[in-house]
Amino acid sequence: MPTVYRIQPDHDWAFEKDVRIILENVSVLYHLPRERIQTFKEYAIRMIQNRLEYIDFWALQDVSLYLKKGEALGIIGVNGSGKSTLLKVISRVLRPSKGRVRIQGRVAPLLELGAGFHFDLTGRENIFLNGALLGFSRVEMEEKLDAIVEFSGLWDFIDAPLRTYSSGMVARLGFTIATDTDPHILLMDEILSVGDAEFVNKSEQRIQKFREKGVSMILVSHSLLQVESLCERVIWLDHGRVIVEGKPSDVIQAYTNRKQQD
Amino acid sequence: MKVVETEELPVYDSSLQRSMALSELLDAYRYRNAIFQLTRRDVVSRYKRSFLGIIWTMLNPLGMMIILAVVFSNIFNAGPTYAAYVLSGLIVWNFFSQTTNAIVNNLNAGMGLIRKIYVPQSVFGISAILTGLVNLLFALVPLFLVMLLTGVHFTWAFIFTPISIILLALFSLGVGMILATLGVFFPDVIEMYQIVLVAWMYLTPVIYPIAILPETTRFLIINFNPMYAFVQIFRATTYDGRLPMLEEFLPALIFSITSVVFGWWFFSRKAGDFAYRV
Repeated sequence: MPTVYRIQPDHDWAFEKDVRIILENVSVLYHLPRERIQTFKEYAIRMIQNRLEYIDFWALQDVSLYLKKGEALGIIGVNGSGKSTLLKVISRVLRPSKGRVRIQGRVAPLLELGAGFHFDLTGRENIFLNGALLGFSRVEMEEKLDAIVEFSGLWDFIDAPLRTYSSGMVARLGFTIATDTDPHILLMDEILSVGDAEFVNKSEQRIQKFREKGVSMILVSHSLLQVESLCERVIWLDHGRVIVEGKPSDVIQAYTNRKQQD
Repeated sequence: MKVVETEELPVYDSSLQRSMALSELLDAYRYRNAIFQLTRRDVVSRYKRSFLGIIWTMLNPLGMMIILAVVFSNIFNAGPTYAAYVLSGLIVWNFFSQTTNAIVNNLNAGMGLIRKIYVPQSVFGISAILTGLVNLLFALVPLFLVMLLTGVHFTWAFIFTPISIILLALFSLGVGMILATLGVFFPDVIEMYQIVLVAWMYLTPVIYPIAILPETTRFLIINFNPMYAFVQIFRATTYDGRLPMLEEFLPALIFSITSVVFGWWFFSRKAGDFAYRV
């Protein structure tokens, strides 16, 4: 087994200036009914008969991690190991069932590009809508508008309804708004490659610039090669637990060894 | 794009034990631009592809009024002002039935989003109410016209109308949030609600005058049907041209505050679980 760099349990968890994310013993419990109960009547009958059956499913168990300014953390694991749940806890979508999550800085979740896009509205209108759903004020969006249109290369189409856009153009717009937020933390579920080759290149450069500026990043990916080349630290999740945490080469080695055994 | 190191960074701490209702309120305020943009989207997109556009918000209640006036004016033996009577009731009723359903639909449509990025869930409810208010404002135009044409007199009491509308909006927000919360866990509730709405409308004096009811029914409706209170105070300042009496106003105030406080509390308590529903 490789060296395990677990965070120290006796560490004082005060936020230092360069810490971006601290997760302490975070668990997420899905409490799901075994069968979906559709009506009150059914619910009431089952409650009286004490036949309400639930499946308790721990999507994350006792996960602790930290992320410092400028660090890139990779998360690997098979499907259903809790990778996406981890991102949801960090992006505030899920409140943890146990444990504590603390975030310092603006999070840019590159998970849902073009949130709330409406296809009858123009590109410009959608920029304001999407930006608002990401938590920005109207003034902030007005300041960003030109840069967003410029970067996405949609000058000629910005006042046309979104339904006239190609899917690549929609994705370009979504990516540009999501990243034009001066973030401190980037959350990524697989490396995005949207639009044509030229735009893929541009978006990679933008991510690279973020990294140089000291933006932290969490990358969830099935591509071990990408994780190894982009991240400085890797966590291997399995059944919602951290199996190993450490240097990319070590963790990936351990992970591939285990996979070969199975 | 320079990161200024002295900048105060936003901090999120999942363990902060604040009241859920209060933190939902604060977050909704922080996301007020999202509320505005969602409202704008709903108002603009609804009519974008139609030729008459926003004019439909006025033609809709007007058309319904004409049908009801033709059908019922003989039955109730009502005078020419019956059209204004029906329209004023319809405006209140339509607002309630449309916005409560819109809150449910808005939240359902937003569910994909709620599972992916953080948005305070209440913004979907509030924006549905604001969209309804925009529509209601447009629907006031045909009401003026009909009042003028049928010879109903305007009075200064009209200035009081926005207060009736605000109370109605708060009541609808509360009911809609309770429904939407239940609907996330029991979709059948929403289907049931459609039937309840039909019964509820006939239990509210929208198309008939309250005087035609037998005394016991009338007593029950006046005291226990919140929509009666809202129809009554809205009609007072428009159709009747007088200020609402205290015994009309107080029930409306109590119903609307109870509804919005309970609805908000119930919704915020459960909002954290919405993303857990898969």
